[in-house]
Formats: sequence, C-alpha cells, structure tokens
Amino acid sequence: MPRVSIEVDGVKYDDDVEPRLLLAHYLRDRLGKVGTPIGCDTSNCGACTVLLDGMSVKSCSVLAVQADGQDVTTIEGLGDGQGLHPLQRAFHQEHALQCGYCTPGMIMAALDLLRENPDPSDEEVREGLEGNLCRCTGYQNIVRAVRRAAGDLSPKPAQQEATR
Amino acid sequence: MTAAPEIGSARLRSEDARLITGRTNWTDNIQLPGLLHAAFLRSPVAHARITAIDVSEARERPGVIAVFTGADLADEQGSLPCAWPVTEDMVLPDHPPIAVSEVRYVGEPVAVVVARDRYAAADALEAIDVDYESLPAVLDMESAVREGADLVHADKGTNKSYEWVFEAGDIDAAFRDAPVVIERRYVQQRLIPTAMEPRAVVCSAVGDEYTLWSATQIPHILRLMLATVTGIPEHRLRVVAPDVGGGFGSKLQVYGEEVACLLLTKRLGRPIKWTESRSEGNATVHHGRDQIQRLSLAADSDGRIRGLKVDLLADMGAYLMLVTPGIPLLGAFMFNGIYKMDAYHFKCAGIFTTKTPTDAYRGAGRPEATYAIERLMDELAGELSLDPLEVRRRNWIKHEEFPYETIAGLTYDSGNYEAATDKARQLFHYDELRAEQADRRDRGDPVQLGIGVSTFTEMCGLAPSRVLGSLSYGAGGWEHASVRVLPSGKVEVVTGSSAHGQGHETAWAQITADRLGVPFEDVRVLHGDTAVSPKGMDTYGSRSLAVGGVALYNACDKVIDKARRMAAHLLEADEKDIDFEGGAFSVRGVPDQSRTLQEVSLAAFAAHDLPEGFEPSLDSDATHDPDNFSFPHGTHLCAAEVDTETGYVKIRSYVAVDDVGKVVNPLIVEGQVHGGLAQGIAQALYEEAVYDADGNLTTTTMADYLLPAASDLPTFTTDRTETPATTNPLGVKGVGEAGTIASTPAVVNAIVDALRPYGVDDVPMPCTPERVWRALRGGGPEHSTRPGAGGGLGSATEDSRSEA
Repeated sequence: MPRVSIEVDGVKYDDDVEPRLLLAHYLRDRLGKVGTPIGCDTSNCGACTVLLDGMSVKSCSVLAVQADGQDVTTIEGLGDGQGLHPLQRAFHQEHALQCGYCTPGMIMAALDLLRENPDPSDEEVREGLEGNLCRCTGYQNIVRAVRRAAGDLSPKPAQQEATR
Repeated sequence: MTAAPEIGSARLRSEDARLITGRTNWTDNIQLPGLLHAAFLRSPVAHARITAIDVSEARERPGVIAVFTGADLADEQGSLPCAWPVTEDMVLPDHPPIAVSEVRYVGEPVAVVVARDRYAAADALEAIDVDYESLPAVLDMESAVREGADLVHADKGTNKSYEWVFEAGDIDAAFRDAPVVIERRYVQQRLIPTAMEPRAVVCSAVGDEYTLWSATQIPHILRLMLATVTGIPEHRLRVVAPDVGGGFGSKLQVYGEEVACLLLTKRLGRPIKWTESRSEGNATVHHGRDQIQRLSLAADSDGRIRGLKVDLLADMGAYLMLVTPGIPLLGAFMFNGIYKMDAYHFKCAGIFTTKTPTDAYRGAGRPEATYAIERLMDELAGELSLDPLEVRRRNWIKHEEFPYETIAGLTYDSGNYEAATDKARQLFHYDELRAEQADRRDRGDPVQLGIGVSTFTEMCGLAPSRVLGSLSYGAGGWEHASVRVLPSGKVEVVTGSSAHGQGHETAWAQITADRLGVPFEDVRVLHGDTAVSPKGMDTYGSRSLAVGGVALYNACDKVIDKARRMAAHLLEADEKDIDFEGGAFSVRGVPDQSRTLQEVSLAAFAAHDLPEGFEPSLDSDATHDPDNFSFPHGTHLCAAEVDTETGYVKIRSYVAVDDVGKVVNPLIVEGQVHGGLAQGIAQALYEEAVYDADGNLTTTTMADYLLPAASDLPTFTTDRTETPATTNPLGVKGVGEAGTIASTPAVVNAIVDALRPYGVDDVPMPCTPERVWRALRGGGPEHSTRPGAGGGLGSATEDSRSEA
C-alpha cells in the first residue's frame, strides 16, 4: 500500500492507504475528520468540498494518494481556534443553513470563491457556487451570507488608507 | 425584569453552532468498537423471478463476515409495514425487506454483505451471482389498468390497489347545461425527494438491548414499526435520530435497510453500519408525486364555479410503503382550493407499477391538488378572457365568511385572501408587468412575458387523530412535550417532534422563554431519541409547531400552575392571589413579596416544605391533539420570460405573500418559504425521475436528476400577512410545505400565460426548453429520452399537451 503524508487542519498524518481510497473517506473514516460530509458519488453536490493547498476540491473525487505531500483544510480547521471565521459567522447571521448538511462544503467553496473574487455580485456568487447543492434554503440566504462575509473580509477603508 | 418577547423575534438559530463548524453528529459519523459495514446487492432489472442466487464466492472474499439473501432471512424479516389501508378491500402485497423470490423494481435489495469495511462490502457484491427469469415491466398506469395488462403482483390478479371516492353536492346538476366546461389532463411527474444527507443506519446490541441510529424523520414511529416487523420487543429497542440532514418526506419511512441492519446485528452480535450512495438512494428512497389527473370544471359564464370532477391515477410503485396509498387522499380535500362551489366529485385509483414505491414528498398530495385547481383557474380565466386574479376573486371565500365549511367538508378556520393578494399585487407591480406583457405581445417580441398566479391554501398540522382515524390511518396525530425546570432554574424541554433542519431547538426555546419568563439561553431542547423523548409522533406534514408547539405551550402552562401552588405556599398566600409575570410570582397588591421561578424550583426540588399532596420538583407533560387542521394560505405571483425561439424560461421575478398566522421566528419562517419555493419551482422547470422503456431508472445520479443550483433560481420577494389561526392558543399555522405547494402552478401558469396568444394551453412538467419549444409548435413526439430532456416514460407515456 502506498504511504502518504498529508497535513490536515495543521496536523501532519503519515498513513498507508489503498490506492483507491477517496480523500473524503480518508478524512472521515481514517482520521475521524467527520466535519466533512459526503452527499453524492458523482461530484455534483459539493458537500465534501475541502481546500487542497488552498484550492477548493471535492474530496470525493480526489484520491488520498493524490493529496500526498499537500495541505488539506476542512471546515474543522477554519477560524483561528478562538472565534468563527467571517464566513461561518455570516452563514449564522444570515440564516444560510437549515439542515446544515451542505454547509461545510458550501463554506469551503465560498472561501475559494472569495479568494478569487473578493467582492462578488449576487450573480457572481450564484454562478461561483453552482457546484454546491443545497436542498433547504433556496440559496437566497447563502448568497446574502457570502456577500456579507465578503464585506467583513475586505480591508476596511481605514486600513486601505493606512497601507497606501 | 420584563424582557422583549421572544415569540416573534428573529432569533439566530442555536443549532447553527455545531453545523457551521463541522461538529455535527450525522449517523454516518458514528463509530463503534468492532463496527461492521453492510452493502446491498440490488436488482438490475425492473421485474423478474429470482431463480438462483450463489453467494458462496462472496463469502470467501477478504474481510467479508457474512452474506445473506432474502431466503436466508425469510423467516424473520417479515413484511415492511403500510400504516394506511385506505379502503377495506385495498390490495396490500407482501413487501419483504430483501426480495425472496421476485423483484419488482430496479434497486430492490436481493442480498446483503457484511464486511469489515465499506470497500470490502462493496467489492463482495460483485461476487454474488443471481439468475433472473425476466418478467414484463409495468410502467404506464393507463395501460396497467386495462383488461389483460401485465401484472406487477401476479397473485393479486390486478394492478389496482384501491379505488377511493368522495362526493359532495349534486355533481350532475352542476355540469348539466353549464355554460363553461373545462377539461384537462395534467401529469404530476415523478420526483426524487433528494435530502442532502443520504440515508444511513447504525445498529448495535448490548445483551438483548438494541439501539438503532437512523437518518430518519420518525424515530418514534420507526421504533414501533421495527418492533412489530422484527419481533424485537418495543421496550428493548431504542431509536435515535441524531442530526439529520433534511428529509422532505423521504425519511418518513420504514426502510428495508433499517430492518435488515437490525436483524443482522441480532444474528451476528456485532454493530453494523450502512450508508447509501446517492445513486443507490435515487433508485431506492421512495419517490414522490406521479399522478395522472383527469379534471373537469363547470362554471357559469361570469366565471363562478359550479362543480369540479377529479379522476386520478396515482402511481404506488411496486409496493405500498408506510403511507403510500394515503398520499393522494391528503390532496382529496384540497382540489377545491380556496374556492366556493356547489358540487365536487373525487375519485382516485392507486396503481402498481414496476417502479420504486412512492410516498410522502414535501406537500404530499396537496401540491398535486393545488396545481390542478390553480392551473384550471387560469384556464377558466383564459376561456372567459378574464384576468386570472379577477376570476379567483369571484370564487374565493371572503374574509368575513370564515370559519367556512368547504365543499370537501373541511372547516377553514381563518384566512384573508384579499389582503394577501393585495399585498402581493403591489409588491409584484402587477399592472406594470401586464402593460409590459401587452407591449411585448404587440411588438411580437421573441421573448414573451408571462404572469403566473397561485392563490393557494393547504391543510397541514397533521392532524386531528379522529380525522386520521376516519380516513383509516393507523395512528393518531397528537404531539407531546415535557418541561423540566431543573433545581438551578435552567429548563429542559423534551419534544416528540423530531427536527431535521426546521430549527426546533431555537423556536421551542423561544416559546418556553416567553411562557416561563426565563432567558432564552437557559432553555435546552431535547428531541430525536426514544430514550430521551419517550412519546411522540415526529416531524412531517408541517405539524411541528401547530401541534408540537402547542403541546409545549400547554406544558409550560402546567408548570406555571404547579409553581404557582408552590409559590403561594412559600408566600403564605392564597393561590388565587398569586400573579405570575416576568418569571416571578408575587402576591397581588404586594409586589415586593415575590419568588422567582428559579427560587420556586429549588424549593420544590429540596422538598423540605411542600404544600399538601405536592409532588417534588417542577415539571410537566402535555399532549396536544388538535381539533382541526391548520390552513396556511397565500398569493404567489411569478413573472417568467419565455424565449419562443429556444423554449428557454427565465423567472424574472417571484413574489410570495404567505399567511402562516402568528410567527414564532420570522427568520425561520422566511427560510422555510425560500426552500419550499425552490422545490416547487424545481418541479415546474427541472426535476423528473425518468424510466426507460425497460423500466430502468435513468436519473440515478445528481448529474442526471436536475436539482437546481444557486444559478438556476431567482431572488425571491417574500412577505407575509398575519391572520391568526383560531384553532390553537399560539395562533400559528404550518409553513414547511406552503412554498412548495404554491409555487409549481405559479410558474407553469406564467409560462402558459406567456404563450397563450400562440394557442398554447399547457406545457407538461418539467417545462424544459424542449417541451416549451414543442408546445409552441403544436406538440409532436419528443426525440429525446435523455433525463431532464422531458422525454422517456418518466411518469406517463402520453404527454398531455396543447391541441392547438
């Protein structure tokens, strides 16, 4: 069995894995990182989205061996250990979740979206998140939450002034 | 001391904390020492006799602990329950959890492997060899009821499970010499509920005590049913619904996989987990809708409705599951909608096909009924060249006429259709959009504008037990709550309804905080575990607040009554002179002499000095059985742009004004409406479970079954009117299904409205570009059987479409 070395949420793991083992199953079944759920088997729903070296991937369509030597961030690794990440806070404040099953993947995908586009319009959020499905919210409050988080994450005018 | 009222405040949800940080307890997260994994081999054919199964090779595979066929479990697996025998002579076939001699839909389990991990279990399935002797697939309901049709259950001699009839008024008189008669055939396509969390089950045994965790909406009903099916005594079985990722009716079920996991745990003495894959689930989680509706509406020349005839064929699928046959009956009393009429005739036949069984899906019977009447109202308006809102206004129950007994025999307690419609009209800019529509028509714009109306009501808050009994349902519709004021003054609330996204932990704490005058943060809500919540009827049918919330309200009152007695004792006053306000008891006229609820609770716990006959501690139980259903209503308006060259439909604006009575948490209510709209719009535009000519489901994945993404839906404008329910002390009505029920006809009405000048009077759902395009060109055969292309044998072979 191949040996992988993967850092997940700041902790380094060395494991022997079957070559076919999905990253999603590695996280859930081997590491107990069950914050990342699985919603489908065709990479359509995005519930299992994590960051791989900072880029969002659907962990059900990545093999654990493909993550060898890389850095994985899951919903459990968001925030600074003290408080919530602005996206998590915005999802709470805007009531952007009901059952919450899609939420970890939705937040991780939104994180990547905001990295690429720090100030998206409603339409850009809708298009940017089309790979993540939610059955409860009708997406309206998710769009609101992502835009609110974008505002919270962007440098404040005073900060912009200071860095000028 | 008096805080702002909790009821009515947009409290952010308590349950979010674990959901946004990945600390949720989904069933598949559960790990136990020695946990084994189950995988099911499923029928690849729609209908066949099993002539041989060889599992010997599978048993030898590495990591495999055991393999069982249906025959191996035949003596103990029983038959999956149907709790709603709608007629005395209903045909109710046996439904073994794992098929024994015959399979009747693609996906039906035929064997189960138990292995050390999920990969090994899946691998071993490939080593099982099954011989099938092919039998004819039965796919089309209209052919299935013809003489000499191939049978799903040969021993039953018919594909018809039941026929159920309801009549009120003189229907022949209503149609005799009626100036206007509208006849239509609408198809409610088959849908796949698609909760985001796939089904999952974990089962363990310690001695003869069993615990089953399941991603279920109904831990209480499931416990009783599993005990009945397996013979494991009910008091030896605990059922837990941990965090559950949505249900929409699909987890209101007793599934074969739940029975099998329990039996295998019993046989092997080891804990077992099973988690479905999405493609497994699409084929085997019960489906929803799937009706052919033949409708006739008689009206006077001024648009007044005289009578309505409804003749339904409802696809049961291959077997009757928990409430399969009753779903169309939940619509039977709703085809008349919000309108007055002289006569009504309803007939429904439940038909077996070799497809996945159907059962409850968000709205369950009422979306189908609402679609029919709201589409007919638009057709009536079209026939008489009346505005669709005007023809509705001429027929609806006026606000001063409530309570109103409808032609279907229900008593609508309250409503104000005028107010909701006025508000919706204003928010929608109705007149401006009509002007734009006229302009586009005049210009011959290739993109036409349509305006769709849906003025709906629905019956929810299931349900008065005596009504359920009169419809032959196997159980009641009450709900239970208990309140425990702990010695420290903190409060535990136990509810028998079982949340899976609805926000009970927040809303129930709001009700309790208000009633008991304690801080919101001091209330904890417990649910979803039969060991914690011993009594309950669970969550479905928009019942939690209207039934369970009222039980909680009553339980709070009981606690206050008990505490008042204790407070009177402590204050050495007569109970009649004790006031309770802001969480404290005081002697009337002597406000400085008071005891807080916390002080009373501690004294009741210490029990050093109790009133005569007073039982220590402050707690209460209440069970509420409603006298009537709950009747939310509203007016939804949809503006759709329809490209006449490509058939593409774009929803430009959508206004939903809902009246759900008093609101406990407006944030949660708005969220429920949004989600409901998304699912109703999805039925109108996107979703369809498609079977090919051999009975194979071709929409097994999310790539084939088009669940809308954020980019497929518009931004909704939602608002409310507030006409309190008069049938419960909170004044609340259900909201969980309203959006889904209202929105499907609003969208299709908009599309047809856009195309009416082209002679189009119907587009079958889902209204894909191809279907819209074909409707514009007078119908004709669809070339494509691709899923989502609106082809194939989805729910019927003959699509109803315009004759024009």
